[in-house]
Amino acid sequence: MSDLDILAVIHEELGKIAPEIDLAAVSPSADLREALDIDSMDFLNFITGIHQRLGINIPELDYPKLLTLKGAVTYLEAKRKLHEA
Amino acid sequence: MVEFRMPSLGADMEAGTLVEWLVKPGDHVKHGDIVAVVETQKGAIEIEIFMNGEVRQLLVGVDKKVPVGTPLAIVRTADEIKAGVVAPVVLAGPTIQPQVTPTIIQPLVSGPAPTLPLRSAEPPSGARRIRISPAARHLAQKRGVDLAAIRGTGPDDTIIYADVERSLVGVAAPAERKHAVGIDLDAMRNAIAAAMARSKREIPHYYLEHHIDVTKTEEWLARTNAVRPPENRLLISSLATKAVALAARRFPAFNGFYRNGKYEPANVIHVGVAIAIRGGGLAAPAIHDTDMLSLDQLMLQMRELVQRVRAGRIRSSEIADPTITVSSLGERGVDALYGVIYPPQVAIVGFGKIVKRPWAIDASVIPRSVITITLSADHRVSDGHAGALFLAEIGKLLQEPDQL
Repeated sequence: MSDLDILAVIHEELGKIAPEIDLAAVSPSADLREALDIDSMDFLNFITGIHQRLGINIPELDYPKLLTLKGAVTYLEAKRKLHEA
Repeated sequence: MVEFRMPSLGADMEAGTLVEWLVKPGDHVKHGDIVAVVETQKGAIEIEIFMNGEVRQLLVGVDKKVPVGTPLAIVRTADEIKAGVVAPVVLAGPTIQPQVTPTIIQPLVSGPAPTLPLRSAEPPSGARRIRISPAARHLAQKRGVDLAAIRGTGPDDTIIYADVERSLVGVAAPAERKHAVGIDLDAMRNAIAAAMARSKREIPHYYLEHHIDVTKTEEWLARTNAVRPPENRLLISSLATKAVALAARRFPAFNGFYRNGKYEPANVIHVGVAIAIRGGGLAAPAIHDTDMLSLDQLMLQMRELVQRVRAGRIRSSEIADPTITVSSLGERGVDALYGVIYPPQVAIVGFGKIVKRPWAIDASVIPRSVITITLSADHRVSDGHAGALFLAEIGKLLQEPDQL
């Protein structure tokens, strides 16, 4: 799975939570909670969706690493490589 | 035979418009089934039935607005079926032909409506025949939606009401785009305005606040969640809601309704959970028997409820009967919130965000995680003294999460 696929999954899962937001227009380094106006319940649903789609379990301690689109892609890519290694 | 009536979905509701039947005569229904969709000031509400039996007759047609209490359908109960009670004598009054069979119509090629781009990938085609439910067709005509561009998700790809609603997100003008599907935010704003104005006019509120050290609660939550997959993790809001429900058991003066000049304590605890609607708006549907649920069950129900409400799918039983409300602004909120009581309820408990504060323990000051809990309560029913005890009890329960 490429970076692009991971980004597509992130977009789909965030799209379920904030359907009216144009994610392509969200800066890769913007805080998703601010940019998408999501709360802790929304964020947990996002993490759950990622877990179910990509099989990557994200501990609570790592949540801050996924607060931007760029951070989320980097984190999930690294996790996926670790899985394969 | 039993009449299934237009339910009251709150003290301020006088009538509702039936927008879709989800059953037809001959269908078997069971307790809790969703049988119809009714449009109210609060949006489109899924109406549940609370009996087992067979639908005999639909009495109210799609798009008819009827007062609360109007019989909507005749149901033969499960007991009657068992006892072999036969079909009723035909009742006086109009009988509505069931309209659930999809009719086939030509697509609306030119309407009075704006032809803004639709979200569906499928290009409009002038010749395709379309299956559509009557309620969906009506909505599409009213809003000028091009049916050819909608993908139906009903039986045989029939376009149903929800499909048209979904497509409306794509056609709405940019200024009014930012709202959840299926919720009319203007009507919701009017409903909130009416309820809150009535509350401030009629209810003599008093307000209390209490600061609680929840450092240990946070640690317990982190330990608990560390060994759980995301789908089973808990949030502090579920602990807070459970604590309020348990405290309400001991303090019945905060759990019930003030109606017709007197207070009626409720014998069940249905905590209403305030949920923000994207784009502005608020709903506080009930979680039934909150005090009887385990934390895991409660968390699951809260997650499901938030997703459903934001998608515009609230059920009749949830909207009608919260006995007390909890409002929690979450981690990006403010330190404290003072709620306005939702009549005819008599109390609302508010939770601010958790903040790190200097906290005195014995002779030293150390940083601790602190949450501010507030109570707005009806002075016709209780006094500050009882309110203080109630709030203190919530704080105590929240600090013992493994007891929740």
